[in-house]
Amino acid sequence: MTELLVKNACVIDPIRGINGDIMDIAIRDGRIVESVSDRAEVIDAQRCLTLPGGIDSHTHVCGTKVNFGRYMSPEDMRAGRTQRRGRMHVTSGYYVPTTFGNSYRYSAMGYTTLLEGAMAPLEARHTHEEFTATPHQDMMANTLFDGNWAVMDAVREKNVKKAAAIVGWTLNAVKGYGIKLTNPGGTEAWGWGEDLTSIREPVPHFEVTPAEIITTMIRANELLKLPHSVHLHCNNLGKPGNYQTTLDTFDLVPDLNPDRQTLYATHVQFHAYGGGTWRNICSKTEEITRSVNSKPQIVMDMGQIMFCRTMTMTADGPMEFNLHCLHHNKWSNHDVELETGSGIIPVTYSKKSAVNCIMWAIGLELALLTKSPWQCLLETDNPNGAPFVKYPEVIGLLMSKRYRDEECATLHADTEGRTSLWALEREMDWHDIAVMTRAGQAKALGIINQGKGHLGIGAEADIAIYPIRTDSVDPAREYRKVVEGFQKTSYTIKRGRVVSRDGEIIVDGANTTFWVNARIPEDLRVDNDPEFIRRFQEYYTVRMSNYPVQDLYLPRGRRVDTEAFT
Amino acid sequence: MILNDVVCPFCGCLCDDLELEVEGDRVVRVQNGCSLAEATFMNDTRLPAPIRRTTTGWEKISYDEAIKETADILKDADRPLLYGWSSTHGEAQSVGVHIAERIGAVIDNTSTVCHGPSILAIQEVGHPGCTLGQVKNRADVIIYWGCNPIEAHPRHMSRYTTFATGFFVPDAQRERTVIVVDTRRNDTANIADEFLQMEPGGDYAVLSALRAIVRGKESIIPKKVAGISKEQLIRVANICKNAKFGAIFFGLGLTMSRGKYKNVRNAIELTDELSRHTKFVISPMRGHGNVYGSNEVFTWMTGYPFAVDFARGIAFYNPGETTAVDILRRGECDAALIVASDPGANFPRVAAAHLAKIPTVLIDPHVNATTALSRIHIPCTAAGIDAAGTAYRMDGVPIRMKKVIERGYPDDAEILKKIYDRLNGEMGS
Repeated sequence: MTELLVKNACVIDPIRGINGDIMDIAIRDGRIVESVSDRAEVIDAQRCLTLPGGIDSHTHVCGTKVNFGRYMSPEDMRAGRTQRRGRMHVTSGYYVPTTFGNSYRYSAMGYTTLLEGAMAPLEARHTHEEFTATPHQDMMANTLFDGNWAVMDAVREKNVKKAAAIVGWTLNAVKGYGIKLTNPGGTEAWGWGEDLTSIREPVPHFEVTPAEIITTMIRANELLKLPHSVHLHCNNLGKPGNYQTTLDTFDLVPDLNPDRQTLYATHVQFHAYGGGTWRNICSKTEEITRSVNSKPQIVMDMGQIMFCRTMTMTADGPMEFNLHCLHHNKWSNHDVELETGSGIIPVTYSKKSAVNCIMWAIGLELALLTKSPWQCLLETDNPNGAPFVKYPEVIGLLMSKRYRDEECATLHADTEGRTSLWALEREMDWHDIAVMTRAGQAKALGIINQGKGHLGIGAEADIAIYPIRTDSVDPAREYRKVVEGFQKTSYTIKRGRVVSRDGEIIVDGANTTFWVNARIPEDLRVDNDPEFIRRFQEYYTVRMSNYPVQDLYLPRGRRVDTEAFT
Repeated sequence: MILNDVVCPFCGCLCDDLELEVEGDRVVRVQNGCSLAEATFMNDTRLPAPIRRTTTGWEKISYDEAIKETADILKDADRPLLYGWSSTHGEAQSVGVHIAERIGAVIDNTSTVCHGPSILAIQEVGHPGCTLGQVKNRADVIIYWGCNPIEAHPRHMSRYTTFATGFFVPDAQRERTVIVVDTRRNDTANIADEFLQMEPGGDYAVLSALRAIVRGKESIIPKKVAGISKEQLIRVANICKNAKFGAIFFGLGLTMSRGKYKNVRNAIELTDELSRHTKFVISPMRGHGNVYGSNEVFTWMTGYPFAVDFARGIAFYNPGETTAVDILRRGECDAALIVASDPGANFPRVAAAHLAKIPTVLIDPHVNATTALSRIHIPCTAAGIDAAGTAYRMDGVPIRMKKVIERGYPDDAEILKKIYDRLNGEMGS
């Protein structure tokens, strides 16, 4: 039995409605309890800001394309490297760090749970291998279905149950957590070097539209009772004028689940552009947030960009090729048979580029114009908009109008006229930030009842104590202190153990991978369907029996069972 | 006993549809496999126990003794090299990286003498590729450049390309155009629709000519380029531009001939150029069964796919300096641990000769040319035969190799873990 007592903590725990109370937190064997014995180890939080462990609900840290980003970028590996020290392994890289680099830096920032944003089912084993080497965060994998042939066939047949059965079998086989759609239909078209330009355009050969894929998958997701909703990277990412596609997509979404959103729209910054060319691109955040503010069934995340050099990586292969044709830098592409695509190119976001400045403003506008912080979560689509180590700066910008004004004064002169950021007075408070960086994520991912995102009795003791005294720091003026405070916790506690102290990792990690097992009735199971098996054996290049990820790839896997179809 | 859907660990194709008949600790029949697979499973003669060189020959030693002496050699070395890794599973590779980090070693894999130049090219311009199933289901144009799959990857053509039935290519033999570029008329060239016979060292010029034609600059092409006629080059460029889906596969003929990584870069840039007209992809034909896995494991752990030097405490990478052949050639290395490979047979003579001068330990199931250069040889399981583990196919698809028989050897990951634990124990934290 191990016991720990965190005393004098200034707790913000939005899920339990606690906002800045000074309290003690008792921990036994990794979970939060009423009280502990007087033999418990004691940490004095000294009235510092204490939050549930940070949760990133959309990041790219593990798997085939992330590793290829590293593989092709020795220049980035040189940009961030540390020696082996104590319990810490060598790390390399700044915007695509090695797995240990990701894990240590997230932990230093108080993050204890991550959702990998895009896992190709065929390459799932790779993602899980890297999860094991990202030891300080609990992991989940969004599983890509955007170009899945069997799913598209079911969509064409208007057979939601069959689509659900395919998803259920696949999630179980690849130990995935939820449904990810990246440019639905577009990744299949990219198999021929094509893309789709609207949600009503049919996918070549399959004769289904993105709109049909999205709506079918939303219903399949709820039929399977998955803890998370469909997680969507909309069509037309990064194209001027794409906000209309985004609005059309949002209009497709019914409100089907009382406990959470029905659609999670990711990195919406990249999907909120007006204009028709790069010369007249402008912000359409007012239209996007008006839609979201009226639709509780939608949660989005920011996809904030920050000015720096970084790497874009996504399953959206055609988008990456378009970007490559603009940037003329190196370009990788990796299409995955019967399932999805992917592309990678490095980019530099510069204040000298009007387009980049407008993108930067759009991300912040989305957060500031969305009324409920539960509906616009904070992230950068790491590393696409910026590496996650930039989150503290994003927090600073959201909390301080003065900080924003100072930054705005340094931007390209065309930015102000094509955005609304200059006019926005809102300054977010500590509670808003707690929602946007952990509580909102826990709710959106459906992991509150797994003991994540809050500090209630029975919750997993994942806790971040930041060296910030909320009673003496005015974030509007002292935003530098806010940024510094969120960069490095005093303590990061993972499952009741102090894993990071003032930015130093002090123990070996022992993370868990959450995955979903939806119980599907015998007569609907696709692994009993001779036609499904035949097509699998004929068109995949691995045998169906070799496709599932063995349990041993998840040394501390935690299965979340759902009673599908009930 | 009959085992189905067995993975062959031999080459980068990692065919996973073999049927094996097993009797006790022997494989007695291999179905669906190529001749290389059959040899891998059936001619599997092992070194029975660890051996150490004496002044007159070899003596048998225990595993404990061998492990202790290996740890001592590594601990006492100033510039140790850990090399090989491509024929074992990721689990062993991962322990290898931890050891290298612990003792400040150079760790390198066999890419250094095969597709290392391809990696350098990819680091310059990227890699537009795909999984092999994309090619199988879609490609109507296949190009083999500087490789001979019929000999080296015997089932590549029947599983993924020329003869493979695909969803959009139901009549593969008729619907796929096969183009071979090589300096010699090899077996693969004999079944090609177009064979471009090139003068040795002409790759860069031929690739440049094709790029120029694709860009509409055919007027600047001379009558012949490296022995290939302008007419044929134009014809081939047009086949590529008119393809629905084209796939280039290249081998050591491109990476190891004059121009090296610049050849590969040029081939990638041709692919990029063609991608502006139609769908085109390119992929290296990786040799060893899990050489790509060693690149993957090294990359997520250290940031670099090969040639990683931990001497400065951080991971440092500079191919040409931190590559195994160069460390050995310069006589810099004072101890070597070789795992799952045979540099004795594949390295330049001067590099191999240096291995014989320094304490070299070989961990490999089989006696090979490196045994003759080693001080100690520790036999272990062979991944995919008597050990299970992860391997990455040449296109990045991770596959779990199976254990099909038990032969009583320890797993190399286990041996390495014991060496690592010993080093940790003796070197403190």
